[in-house]
Amino acid sequence: MIRFENVRKRYPAGKEALSGVSFSLEKGEMAFLTGPSGAGKSTLLKLVALIERPTRGTVLVGNQNTSRIPRRRIPHFRRRIGIVFQDHKLLDDRTVFDNVALPLLIASLRHRELERRVRAALDQVGLLEYEKSSPLSLSIGEQQRVGIARAVASRPELVIADEPTGNLDPELSLNIMQLFERFNKVGVTLLIATHDLELIDKLDHRRLCLDQGKVVNKPQLNTDC
Amino acid sequence: MNLITRYLSLHVQEFAGAFGRALHQPFGSLMTISVIAIALALPSGLKVMVNNARVLSGSWETAVDFTVYLEMSVDDESARTLARNIEARDDVSRVALVNRTDALADFRAYSGFGEALDVLEENPLPHALVVRPNGGAQGNVAALARELDAMDETALVQLDTEWVERLRSILELARRFVDIATVLLSLAVVVVIGNTIRLEINNRRNEIEVIKLVGGSNGYVRRPFLYLGFCYGLAGGIVAAVTIGVGLSLISYPARSLAQLYDSGYRLVGLSVEQTALLLGSGAVLGWAGAVIATARHLHRIETT
Repeated sequence: MIRFENVRKRYPAGKEALSGVSFSLEKGEMAFLTGPSGAGKSTLLKLVALIERPTRGTVLVGNQNTSRIPRRRIPHFRRRIGIVFQDHKLLDDRTVFDNVALPLLIASLRHRELERRVRAALDQVGLLEYEKSSPLSLSIGEQQRVGIARAVASRPELVIADEPTGNLDPELSLNIMQLFERFNKVGVTLLIATHDLELIDKLDHRRLCLDQGKVVNKPQLNTDC
Repeated sequence: MNLITRYLSLHVQEFAGAFGRALHQPFGSLMTISVIAIALALPSGLKVMVNNARVLSGSWETAVDFTVYLEMSVDDESARTLARNIEARDDVSRVALVNRTDALADFRAYSGFGEALDVLEENPLPHALVVRPNGGAQGNVAALARELDAMDETALVQLDTEWVERLRSILELARRFVDIATVLLSLAVVVVIGNTIRLEINNRRNEIEVIKLVGGSNGYVRRPFLYLGFCYGLAGGIVAAVTIGVGLSLISYPARSLAQLYDSGYRLVGLSVEQTALLLGSGAVLGWAGAVIATARHLHRIETT
């Protein structure tokens, strides 16, 4: 699903965020991207979503070489990926329903189909009864679940998440991760960046450990990664 | 077909969204619309006034009569024949003969020089012909006057068209002035709407970022702003048209009284249906243009980070 081949990313300021990253994530896999802050986790996810372009190397997403995707095709490409953010990036002036419907509206889905999918997504995150509420009236954990519902509403094969539990207490964090596991069980590929090692110790999934701009494979528990 | 209706319904939704957003900030929107309305109403109003002046001067134009004073030697009979001959010309619509005897009687009655005239032994006034040219086309009138002046019987031709010419030049000048004002104020409308859209883009930066992150194309992000510009321009046009209508109705009564004092049935001419449509249409197009410029300049700066 995702393959990085010797990917380097240097920002214009001169800082090298990634220095030769190679890994691949199979279809249907769920993996955690870990590492100390500043290790390049966000940069790596940005390269997957084409928010950034690599300085060198190849990034393949769904067997497609992202360097061959022209700028104007990026929106189209992004519609096939679900993205979950640490600060969930919901729009406060729209209802929960409209927030989840946003990617489907953009994909100009038929109204009936759109309603069906939004409700299905909200049901999966257990927030169906809040569809008419404002995101502001929800707790942080619930807001994050709305963000997840939005990411999966268009039924992407790949979901990437950048510190989705960064603002949550351990119990809610586990709750969110279990939600991701449920999506993984129905075939969604997930790549989740997190520095919450304690949390992922409880879950049995592959870890990609980023350290100083490189991926180091340390599958054993209780290491720095 | 299905695709078209879906596309249309999507646009209608977004259009309604843009309109709704304009209503969300009633004060700001009202200010923007007022400025646009003033900028549109000024040139349109001036144009209406110039049009009115032209209609008025047009009604005078047909009445550019001129007077041909005949030589003293011309007698009654030849004066009448001459009048008939001139009236028979294609470029003349009417000739009135002012008999020297009648003229003297009038002069005696109205001038107050009655007694002074008694001192004179004979009538000092010649016969005169009041000639009304046909159609009133300016070149013809001058040529006709020259031709009549060249006749042996003519002593003097007095042409009263110079002031009409001057008025016409002034009107032409005014028309040019209005044209320039129209261009400048149209630019002002584009700038005002462009600036409003720019502020709106800044206000909704967050939303734009999110839309781009979940796969919204530039076109998708742009569309509501274009509709907003269109709505502002159209609303400004409507307010401008109403303003001109109200303004005209306010001055139409005194204008009519004034015209009546001059024995004229003249009435003010307002915006025609075509002109109103043009006003609304230009408002909408200028609004759209302002939004196109603003989005082109400011939207691409918002890249997802």
